[in-house]
Amino acid sequence: MDLGSQETIKRLADEHGAEQLLVILGAPDDESAEIAAETVVLGDPTYAGALAEAQLGLSVYHALEEEFRSQIDDDVWEEQIGIMADVLDAEAISAAVKGMREQQQ
Amino acid sequence: MFENKQVVVLGERDGIAGPAIAACVKSAGGQVVFASTECFV
Repeated sequence: MDLGSQETIKRLADEHGAEQLLVILGAPDDESAEIAAETVVLGDPTYAGALAEAQLGLSVYHALEEEFRSQIDDDVWEEQIGIMADVLDAEAISAAVKGMREQQQ
Repeated sequence: MFENKQVVVLGERDGIAGPAIAACVKSAGGQVVFASTECFV
Protein backbone atom coordinates (compact mmCIF):
# COMPACT_ATOMS: atom_id res chain seq x y z
CA MET A 1 0.00 0.00 0.00
CA ASP A 2 1.11 3.52 -0.81
CA LEU A 3 3.18 4.95 2.05
CA GLY A 4 1.23 8.21 2.03
CA SER A 5 -2.05 6.33 2.38
CA GLN A 6 -0.65 4.40 5.34
CA GLU A 7 0.31 7.61 7.08
CA THR A 8 -3.13 9.09 6.49
CA ILE A 9 -4.91 5.97 7.79
CA LYS A 10 -2.72 5.93 10.90
CA ARG A 11 -3.52 9.61 11.54
CA LEU A 12 -7.26 9.07 11.02
CA ALA A 13 -7.22 6.09 13.37
CA ASP A 14 -5.46 8.19 16.00
CA GLU A 15 -7.89 11.08 15.55
CA HIS A 16 -11.21 9.24 15.24
CA GLY A 17 -10.49 5.86 16.80
CA ALA A 18 -9.91 2.69 14.79
CA GLU A 19 -13.43 1.45 15.54
CA GLN A 20 -14.86 4.47 13.71
CA LEU A 21 -13.08 3.74 10.44
CA LEU A 22 -14.38 1.62 7.58
CA VAL A 23 -12.04 0.82 4.68
CA ILE A 24 -13.34 0.06 1.18
CA LEU A 25 -10.85 -1.42 -1.29
CA GLY A 26 -10.76 -1.34 -5.08
CA ALA A 27 -7.87 -3.75 -5.64
CA PRO A 28 -7.88 -5.56 -9.01
CA ASP A 29 -7.16 -9.12 -7.80
CA ASP A 30 -7.31 -11.34 -4.76
CA GLU A 31 -3.60 -11.09 -3.97
CA SER A 32 -3.45 -7.30 -3.88
CA ALA A 33 -6.79 -7.15 -2.06
CA GLU A 34 -5.48 -9.49 0.61
CA ILE A 35 -2.30 -7.46 1.11
CA ALA A 36 -4.26 -4.21 1.38
CA ALA A 37 -6.69 -5.79 3.84
CA GLU A 38 -3.84 -7.28 5.85
CA THR A 39 -2.20 -3.86 6.06
CA VAL A 40 -5.23 -2.26 7.71
CA VAL A 41 -6.04 -5.25 9.93
CA LEU A 42 -2.73 -6.73 11.06
CA GLY A 43 -0.22 -4.12 9.88
CA ASP A 44 1.97 -3.55 6.83
CA PRO A 45 3.45 -6.98 5.89
CA THR A 46 6.36 -5.27 4.11
CA TYR A 47 7.28 -3.26 7.23
CA ALA A 48 7.83 -0.27 4.95
CA GLY A 49 5.09 2.09 6.02
CA ALA A 50 3.48 3.78 8.99
CA LEU A 51 1.22 0.77 9.57
CA ALA A 52 4.13 -1.64 10.14
CA GLU A 53 3.37 -3.46 13.39
CA ALA A 54 0.21 -1.35 13.76
CA GLN A 55 -2.56 -3.88 14.36
CA LEU A 56 -5.45 -1.47 13.83
CA GLY A 57 -8.00 -4.21 13.18
CA LEU A 58 -10.02 -1.93 10.90
CA SER A 59 -13.28 -3.01 9.31
CA VAL A 60 -12.45 -3.68 5.66
CA TYR A 61 -14.47 -4.67 2.61
CA HIS A 62 -13.86 -4.74 -1.12
CA ALA A 63 -16.19 -2.75 -3.35
CA LEU A 64 -17.20 -5.97 -5.13
CA GLU A 65 -18.32 -7.74 -1.97
CA GLU A 66 -22.04 -8.26 -1.57
CA GLU A 67 -21.97 -6.62 1.85
CA PHE A 68 -20.94 -3.35 0.17
CA ARG A 69 -22.95 -3.72 -3.01
CA SER A 70 -26.17 -4.31 -1.11
CA GLN A 71 -25.82 -0.85 0.46
CA ILE A 72 -25.66 0.95 -2.89
CA ASP A 73 -28.49 1.96 -5.18
CA ASP A 74 -28.48 -0.31 -8.27
CA ASP A 75 -28.25 2.57 -10.77
CA VAL A 76 -25.33 4.18 -8.94
CA TRP A 77 -23.60 0.83 -8.66
CA GLU A 78 -23.94 0.12 -12.39
CA GLU A 79 -22.76 3.58 -13.37
CA GLN A 80 -19.72 3.63 -11.10
CA ILE A 81 -18.60 0.03 -10.74
CA GLY A 82 -20.69 -2.20 -12.98
CA ILE A 83 -18.26 -2.62 -15.85
CA MET A 84 -15.37 -3.56 -13.57
CA ALA A 85 -17.52 -6.13 -11.80
CA ASP A 86 -17.67 -7.97 -15.13
CA VAL A 87 -13.90 -7.92 -15.55
CA LEU A 88 -12.58 -8.66 -12.06
CA ASP A 89 -12.85 -11.96 -10.16
CA ALA A 90 -15.28 -10.85 -7.47
CA GLU A 91 -15.51 -14.31 -5.89
CA ALA A 92 -11.78 -14.69 -5.32
CA ILE A 93 -11.38 -11.08 -4.18
CA SER A 94 -14.29 -11.38 -1.76
CA ALA A 95 -12.89 -14.60 -0.29
CA ALA A 96 -9.47 -13.00 0.23
CA VAL A 97 -10.82 -9.95 2.06
CA LYS A 98 -13.31 -11.99 4.08
CA GLY A 99 -10.49 -14.29 5.15
CA MET A 100 -8.54 -11.34 6.47
CA ARG A 101 -11.59 -10.01 8.35
CA GLU A 102 -11.96 -13.35 10.04
CA GLN A 103 -8.37 -13.19 11.25
CA GLN A 104 -9.14 -10.10 13.30
CA GLN A 105 -11.84 -11.86 15.29
CA MET B 1 -22.68 -0.36 7.19
CA PHE B 2 -21.85 3.36 6.95
CA GLU B 3 -23.71 4.61 10.00
CA ASN B 4 -21.40 6.47 12.40
CA LYS B 5 -18.39 5.46 10.31
CA GLN B 6 -15.61 7.47 8.70
CA VAL B 7 -14.98 5.80 5.37
CA VAL B 8 -11.50 5.39 3.90
CA VAL B 9 -11.50 4.56 0.17
CA LEU B 10 -8.43 2.83 -1.27
CA GLY B 11 -9.11 2.49 -4.98
CA GLU B 12 -6.69 1.17 -7.57
CA ARG B 13 -6.13 2.24 -11.13
CA ASP B 14 -6.26 -1.32 -12.50
CA GLY B 15 -9.23 -2.24 -10.34
CA ILE B 16 -11.91 0.15 -9.14
CA ALA B 17 -10.87 3.80 -8.91
CA GLY B 18 -11.24 5.76 -5.70
CA PRO B 19 -13.74 8.33 -7.02
CA ALA B 20 -16.09 5.56 -8.22
CA ILE B 21 -16.13 3.91 -4.80
CA ALA B 22 -16.45 7.29 -3.06
CA ALA B 23 -19.44 8.19 -5.23
CA CYS B 24 -21.15 4.95 -4.17
CA VAL B 25 -20.42 5.55 -0.49
CA LYS B 26 -21.70 9.13 -0.62
CA SER B 27 -24.85 8.10 -2.47
CA ALA B 28 -25.62 5.74 0.41
CA GLY B 29 -25.12 8.48 3.00
CA GLY B 30 -21.60 7.52 4.02
CA GLN B 31 -18.94 10.03 5.05
CA VAL B 32 -15.72 9.71 3.04
CA VAL B 33 -12.75 11.11 4.98
CA PHE B 34 -10.04 9.93 2.57
CA ALA B 35 -10.06 8.59 -0.97
CA SER B 36 -7.15 7.62 -3.17
CA THR B 37 -6.45 5.70 -6.35
CA GLU B 38 -3.24 3.78 -6.06
CA CYS B 39 -1.12 2.55 -8.94
CA PHE B 40 1.34 -0.33 -8.74
CA VAL B 41 3.62 0.02 -11.75
